Amino acid sequence: MKKSYKIDVDCANCAAKMEEATKKTEGVKDAVVNFMMLKMNVEFEDGADPKEVMPRVLENCKKVEDDCEIFL
Amino acid sequence: MNKKQKRTLYRILAAAALLTGLHFVPVRGTVRFVLYMIPYLLIGYDVLRKAFKGIKNRQPMDESLLMCIATLGAIVLAVYKDLNGQTGDYVEAVAVMLFYQTGEWFQSVAVGKSRRNISELMDIRPDYANIETDGSIEQVDPDEVETGTVIYVKPGEKIPIDGIVVSGSGTLDTAALTGESLPRNIIEGDEVISGCINLTSPLRIKTTKEFGESTVSKILDLVENASSLKSRSENFITKFARIYTPAVVYSALVLVILPPLFRMFVMGADPMWGSFVYRALSFLVISCPCALVVSIPLTFFAGIGGASHAGILVKGSNYLETLSEVDTVVFDKTGTLTQGNFEVDAVHHCPIEEKELIEIAALAEYASTHPISQSLRRAYGGEPDSSRVSAIEEIAGQGIKATVDGRKIAVGNTKLMRAVGAFYVECPDDVGTVIHVSIDGQYAGHIVISDIIKPDSGKAIHRLRACGVKKTVMLTGDASKIADKVASELHIDEVHSELLPADKVDIVDRLISSKQGKGKLAFAGDGINDAPVLSRADIGIAMGAMGSDAAIEAADVVLMDDDPVKIADAIRIAKKCLRIVKENIVFAIGIKLICLLLSALGLAGMWIAVFADVGVMILCVLNAIRALMVR
Repeated sequence: MKKSYKIDVDCANCAAKMEEATKKTEGVKDAVVNFMMLKMNVEFEDGADPKEVMPRVLENCKKVEDDCEIFL
Repeated sequence: MNKKQKRTLYRILAAAALLTGLHFVPVRGTVRFVLYMIPYLLIGYDVLRKAFKGIKNRQPMDESLLMCIATLGAIVLAVYKDLNGQTGDYVEAVAVMLFYQTGEWFQSVAVGKSRRNISELMDIRPDYANIETDGSIEQVDPDEVETGTVIYVKPGEKIPIDGIVVSGSGTLDTAALTGESLPRNIIEGDEVISGCINLTSPLRIKTTKEFGESTVSKILDLVENASSLKSRSENFITKFARIYTPAVVYSALVLVILPPLFRMFVMGADPMWGSFVYRALSFLVISCPCALVVSIPLTFFAGIGGASHAGILVKGSNYLETLSEVDTVVFDKTGTLTQGNFEVDAVHHCPIEEKELIEIAALAEYASTHPISQSLRRAYGGEPDSSRVSAIEEIAGQGIKATVDGRKIAVGNTKLMRAVGAFYVECPDDVGTVIHVSIDGQYAGHIVISDIIKPDSGKAIHRLRACGVKKTVMLTGDASKIADKVASELHIDEVHSELLPADKVDIVDRLISSKQGKGKLAFAGDGINDAPVLSRADIGIAMGAMGSDAAIEAADVVLMDDDPVKIADAIRIAKKCLRIVKENIVFAIGIKLICLLLSALGLAGMWIAVFADVGVMILCVLNAIRALMVR
């Protein structure tokens, strides 16, 4: 399953870090962060519940880049 | 400017004012130190906090930390001087932080602005659809409109969903989709695509697709996700940044330790620890690769945004990069260089007015649905008056005999002419379908119907040459006689005719393997029957994609209308974009290396270092935005 989220982040480098962090989160198969559109496309593993995975994604992103936000 | 940017701006102004004010305050020692810490903390508190959190979360290598080490280092050096009875320089640390924040602020505003510019360019998303219920009009979310619903589009509104006009006629502005400024006329029964703006009169449209499947959604989806397919340049920068920053940081460490030790033990001179610490701190400021990391993706994004505004959809940064390297363009003939529908090309050996001959032929053929009779009707330019025609007799394999205005007319091939006893004349340059006409048994000339070349095809080939394409090739399933004529008229280098669809893939294969150098091969087709070739070529360009899903799917670049000049435009835009990328890479890396060298030698202070960091970034961002301007 794929979902798209609006995000807020200040720099392209930080966006790349968010992408890395999201990809490493359990339940996420693949993720692409689009700094220019301030959007994030997340592909979830089969059977993973986005509602449960996304808070973990946000937590991991906050770890690598404090100044970011994902609008869930 | 958003709230955060405004707040940063106030902080920058306040800190700058304080710093200037302190210059005139005659204090010394600890009081001075404390006073200077006020602007420093005012401007830098968030950077300090971020650096601290970075360490806590084991993400130390970020620019906040580098800035903190550099400025705190400068402060420590100043305090050290103070303690030794000299006057320490606190201004530098505050100023460096101030410049850093100014640069960040500027970049944030510039990126935000270009982001808005680009989304305005792509502002084709309809917000609502009008549905008529019980005589009143209701606005609903286009997502909720089911296929087959009749929607109502007022003048000035965007068509939200693809469909067919069921009542009303008028003109549509398709500029947002195709870049074509000429409005398009539509009448009842015409298919319309979403994203066009209704200019003149209200329309009722029966939707044929859901919103998510409509042209406008597909285009937006495509453009928004385009930058996720990263180009080689972007990958290069990511890799470069991964090596560059640590390399500079370790060099800074080496710079602090080795030269002073060398001076102390080998030269027996003063080690100058302070001076080398200062040089190393400058190193850290320069080490941030932001200029590249920000500007390169921004350039591609702006290039893709600008291109889509001109009706050229590029599916990814990587395709933009390939497009800029194209030196061979292979065309499909029908529908790409020619119009793909048959038109009356010429009238020969006609004793009466040409228009009259076409009128007579169109009348005789009025009941036929054959493509030929349709093109006759188009050339006639009106609906034939059927009451003037009687006794229509269709002779299979020959043509039509009919009585028009009391005269016996025969319209067809040479066999029919022989049958009615007319002395026909063969067409000397037989490159299309020839329709002979006789009136009352007398030969009245022939009409040549052929697939005519698009008016802009010649210009397109010319422009392609101008932007560096070395070889043009045309592929067609048509007879070689027709193909050669088209090719020589358009000055195309190589022609392959009488091909089956599978042969086209073979020829593109051969062309790619026989190519020398690193130029790329592009294939441009109208997307019908050539999906395999579109995907085999280094880059596939589909034309006239309005509404054709197969073409959008198979191609790497989609031209929204069928104007071949757009192929040259696309290559030009790609080249400009890649030139900007290269400029930025060379400029940013060059300046940084020079500044690194200067500060290692002690010739450049932290001021130069800050320029190498934020100044270069600002210049690169400004340069990147140029890619947006495509005309």
